[in-house]
Amino acid sequence: MSYLFESEEHAALRVQARRFAADVIAPHALEWEEKGEFPREVYGATARAGMLGIGYPEDLGGAGGDITHALVAQEELVLAGKSVGTVVGLNSHAIALPPILRLGSPEQQRRFVPPVLAGEKISALAITEPGAGSDVAAIQTRAVLDGDHWVLDGSKIFITSGCRADLVTVAARTGGPGHAGLSLIVVERGTPGFGVGRKLAKMGWWASDTAELTFEDCRVPRENLLGRPGEGFVAIVKNFVSERLHIAGQCVAIAILAHRESVAWARERQAFGKPLAQMQVIRHKLAEMETRIAAARALTSEVATRFTRGEDVPALAAMAKNTATDACSFVCDQAVQIHGGYGYMRETVVERLYRDARLYPIGGGTREIMNEIIAKSERY
Amino acid sequence: MKILVPIKRVADPDNANKVKVSADGSRVTSEGLEQKVNPFDEYAVEAALRLTENGATQSREGEVVVCSVGPKDVAQTIRGALAMGAERGILVDGADDAMDANVIAAVLEKLYAQEKPDLVVLGKQQVDGDSNQVGQILAERLGLPQATFANSIELADGGKACVVGREVDGGVLRVKVGLPAVITVDLRIVGSKAIANGITPATHAYPDAPRYASLKGIMSAKKKPIAEHTIASLGVTEAPRIEYLKFELPPKRAAGVKVESVQELVEKLHSQAKVI
Repeated sequence: MSYLFESEEHAALRVQARRFAADVIAPHALEWEEKGEFPREVYGATARAGMLGIGYPEDLGGAGGDITHALVAQEELVLAGKSVGTVVGLNSHAIALPPILRLGSPEQQRRFVPPVLAGEKISALAITEPGAGSDVAAIQTRAVLDGDHWVLDGSKIFITSGCRADLVTVAARTGGPGHAGLSLIVVERGTPGFGVGRKLAKMGWWASDTAELTFEDCRVPRENLLGRPGEGFVAIVKNFVSERLHIAGQCVAIAILAHRESVAWARERQAFGKPLAQMQVIRHKLAEMETRIAAARALTSEVATRFTRGEDVPALAAMAKNTATDACSFVCDQAVQIHGGYGYMRETVVERLYRDARLYPIGGGTREIMNEIIAKSERY
Repeated sequence: MKILVPIKRVADPDNANKVKVSADGSRVTSEGLEQKVNPFDEYAVEAALRLTENGATQSREGEVVVCSVGPKDVAQTIRGALAMGAERGILVDGADDAMDANVIAAVLEKLYAQEKPDLVVLGKQQVDGDSNQVGQILAERLGLPQATFANSIELADGGKACVVGREVDGGVLRVKVGLPAVITVDLRIVGSKAIANGITPATHAYPDAPRYASLKGIMSAKKKPIAEHTIASLGVTEAPRIEYLKFELPPKRAAGVKVESVQELVEKLHSQAKVI
């Protein structure tokens, strides 16, 4: 099954993404996940295959297209590559670059965007802090203007690709308390006072590095501020729909992969004299998994279509994220169950997917925040 | 330089084990399998593109025309090649089962007369029928020089000839063919230095594989022209000369036996297999 919005063009893109992921990611999926890292060169290879710049303008080195193209390419990377950690690591620019495109001057865009889309530089977005996650308004990291520099002090946590990032889009407080005092500043690797703390050990997404970042008297050139002081929060919020659609798409992809692995296993594994797939209890599990996937895909498809038409859909995007997250969690749990003891073993793909899946009700806005967005939007 | 590249779609070769013989044994069925471009044809497209571009600057320096004979939906296969960078396509409508290498070569002969390319570059064979005949028959019909199983192509004599490395038993045979000519390509034609066109700098190394079609390429492929013909409209009257009488799967092999010791193995080879 594919998204309802797909054209022949999307089908052709799927073929390319599938071939790339099967050739470049799949042979190393287990190794990279176990090692907690994939080689830096993979960024360049992904860019050369045309997979890094999808949804970005061509004059900045992007491949053109919109979120619908990004969703299908990402799905094939997950399905054929079988390493969720690698795909999310490769995709950290999907949250780091949009604020630069939204707020950045043409000069800033030319400076920061093309090297990332060419796979030469790695980018990350740093919002979350040890004391502020969902509560973005509580961000403590400060940036104070001193001559030609912003002086940053504070720390960030859970930063995807943070260990290797060459440029980090950092949310810092340049004004008073609350949303209105937040700004976005691009901090480049090598800036004095910018420190990469430990690489955090996680439940899933192992191939993608996650860092703690520190800023101590970190002097960033004044021209690295994106937009005007105080525009940061709105720029972050404006990317939420796209980010949540990406996440919903990842969940659909992971669920499909877990389901595929389960169908293959159920056909092969014999118990009580016949394959598992011939037992009603297992067949019905598979059917229910497939149904949840279809529902999640349908809603994601609808929201993506509305979004590309220009509709403002924050609540629907929140619904799509929660629906896809639920589908993914359910399907991965059932997949482990169908695999039995093998499903609990580290070399089994569904064991990894089960761990990867647990991130999604938390990352990119928690389930609870999603519900709050929906409730507010509906004015209950 | 203008190159004509005939391509064909085949049932997904990665799922070749799912190809079945119909119940009456009259044909091979591949229902439900994805159709993909024949791998050797994809190498031919890649080789043709490398021959007609500056690989370093990615500027096009010639024209690649891709053609395919088959049902209307082979347009998708042609679009795949256009997405890689070929300039335009030609679709010749015809039922898959009414063709053999001779009919295809007759069709290509007509297309050659229309297009007058400098080169016809084909895959050495299809991975479904495995006949390995079209290139050779076409060259014979056209009276052109041919170089089959190419693993390298180098333009020579100011673009009037090609030096082709041919994979033959025991090594590589280098031949020079005057243009126009027919070349059929093997897997290694997509090696990083397999093509030298005098435009791409010798230092440029291609990836060892056909290129990925970019999203931009995929989008622009939709706007590239695909001319449509039928076998009859081209004036081809040839009928297939090969008739397939019956297909059957190889007999199932019985399971082997495990032996406990070398002694037992030797004993069985002697008394049962009677090979020693």
